[in-house]
Amino acid sequence: MVIIINSIIELFTTKIPLGNWVENLVNFLINNFSGPLNTFSSLIESIVGGVEVVLAFPHPLVLIAIFAAAAWKLKGKRLAVFVALGLGLVLNIEMWDPLVITLASIITSVLVALVIGIPVGIIKAHNKWVDLITRPILDFMQTIPPFVYLIPALMFFGLGNVSGVIATVVFAIAPPIRLTYLGIKQVDEELEEAGHAFGANWWQILFKIELPGAMPSIMMGINQCIMLSLSMVVIAAMIGAGGLGKPVLRSLNVVDIGLGFEAGLGVVIIAMVLDRMFGRDS
Amino acid sequence: MKIKAENLYKIFDGKGQKEIEMLKSGKSKDDILEKTGATVGINNASFEVEEGEIFVIMGLSGSGKSTLLRTLNRLVEPTAGSVEIDNTNIMDLNKDQLREFRKEKFGMVFQNFALFPYRTVLENAEFGLEIQGMDKDKRREKAMTALKQVGLEGYEDQKPDQLSGGMQQRVGLARALAVDTDILLMDEPFSALDPLIKKDMQDKLLDLYEHIDKTIIFITHDLDEALKLGDRIAIMKDGEIVQVGNHEEILTNAENDYVAEFVQDVNRSRVLTAEDIMDKPEAVLYQQDGLRTALHKMRHNELGSIFVLGKNRRYRGIVTIEDVVESLNKDKENLTEIIKEVPIAQPEESVNDLFSKIADINTPLPVLDENKKLKGIIVKTHVVANLAAENV
Repeated sequence: MVIIINSIIELFTTKIPLGNWVENLVNFLINNFSGPLNTFSSLIESIVGGVEVVLAFPHPLVLIAIFAAAAWKLKGKRLAVFVALGLGLVLNIEMWDPLVITLASIITSVLVALVIGIPVGIIKAHNKWVDLITRPILDFMQTIPPFVYLIPALMFFGLGNVSGVIATVVFAIAPPIRLTYLGIKQVDEELEEAGHAFGANWWQILFKIELPGAMPSIMMGINQCIMLSLSMVVIAAMIGAGGLGKPVLRSLNVVDIGLGFEAGLGVVIIAMVLDRMFGRDS
Repeated sequence: MKIKAENLYKIFDGKGQKEIEMLKSGKSKDDILEKTGATVGINNASFEVEEGEIFVIMGLSGSGKSTLLRTLNRLVEPTAGSVEIDNTNIMDLNKDQLREFRKEKFGMVFQNFALFPYRTVLENAEFGLEIQGMDKDKRREKAMTALKQVGLEGYEDQKPDQLSGGMQQRVGLARALAVDTDILLMDEPFSALDPLIKKDMQDKLLDLYEHIDKTIIFITHDLDEALKLGDRIAIMKDGEIVQVGNHEEILTNAENDYVAEFVQDVNRSRVLTAEDIMDKPEAVLYQQDGLRTALHKMRHNELGSIFVLGKNRRYRGIVTIEDVVESLNKDKENLTEIIKEVPIAQPEESVNDLFSKIADINTPLPVLDENKKLKGIIVKTHVVANLAAENV
């Protein structure tokens, strides 16, 4: 009897080695999956690099003009003026090069997040088990402080843009998954029934009924994804990602108020530009 | 035989076979729900539909009529029984075959229209053809033809939410007609519409039916509608078909108390009222309109008299063509002087009462609601015809 009580007490006072387990798992992955991880890493690297080259190729003023024209087409004249002035200011305060790097990482992160997130959202909406399994994972990803997964990201992908992109994707992927799921779930059942009644197959139902119906919700997910990606700019800089986050960090280290403000303003401007361009019409 | 359904059962949330055995041993729907938690959707339904027939399935809500309709194309999978369509037992089809069969055989119209809000009217009408994989030009042409058939020419670029309920259901109908299938499944298509629009749509359907070669299965909870449209009528209760027959058999030979009560109930409430027999006014005048407008509108619509509306579309009176012409000849401009009073009717007034009102006048009778708004007009011949029909 005493032995049993003792062992129960022992059970409750012994710390569960949760930390060790995670560490072991990460080490195991690094040791056994270095091949695929490297391939993935260089893929991301080349996307970021490619986007960066494309964005840096034209003269900044040309790029600003392109952005303004796109804003005009998407939302109208007022936004075009705002985009031109905002980006012009960034150019003027000499934050253009970091801005291009940030933009390249953001575009890559958002692309990866959407390429994974939207299909996962679609599957989640159709499969009860995937829905059940992804729910806690998404909660986990949305609430765990990003600093916690900076270290494993570093260990997997080393210092640099790739780790930054991965950390950003982890942080920003939940909204596209959740809002794609929600959008599809909200499609009127009678519409799907109409699809079936006319003999539509699974893909036709998906592409002709569910996705068009879910589009407003999916667009909101994309917008959220962009915004969350931008909010990771400074944190990603801690693990070596380039761009506007870097001067912000440096200004923190050397207490340079002016530099910090200029870089911070760059982040704000690009965030507002992207939000207005890809956000919902109000 | 176009459609042959035999011993269909549908059990929701249950084991299936067990509940069917209970039904066969005489247990009721309520007993089964209480004992097993399962809901009986359809209980041993069998019927046959001839080629080119309008077959109406009628019942109160929850009687299983929509479920029964959906077993015909297996949108609802029957728990037991068989459905034969053109001698193919559709229970034997696998998923792919079933899809092909649906494309080939069925058009469907839904109670709440089920139109795609992000597609234009034309794109909605094209939907079935698009699913069939028809190329764009061809399906555009067919969809346009279908839209023409239902009278929606000129609306093809609008979105459904820009249209009224009646027009939306025309789009639904066009979508089902465009696919050119031989069976049309209609699930309470007109229940969500206003009485006048509903009447319009019923006429439109009957008119179309004359020109198309289709077998129609029509669901309704409205006996009037069933009698107007159906060649034969099946009455459902608690998932069971309690009687199948033509008008005469249903109205005079009720096979059990339920049908008798149903029919009698409807007959009792079928003392026709002004609302039932009124028509939409073909044209109205407004107080500020001049005499020339009046003349033009009457000529254009071939009317002998026309009702005048005042502020907020309130009813003011009537003018006759003789008075208009006379005033014009005297070079007068003003309309208000020649507005006349005529007896008016309330929507709930019975046809008998209307008869005494309309007997002595030569103009139509306006039907006004409590706010004096013009709801419809009644023509003498309508009253007489309906009166005669009631006294047969």
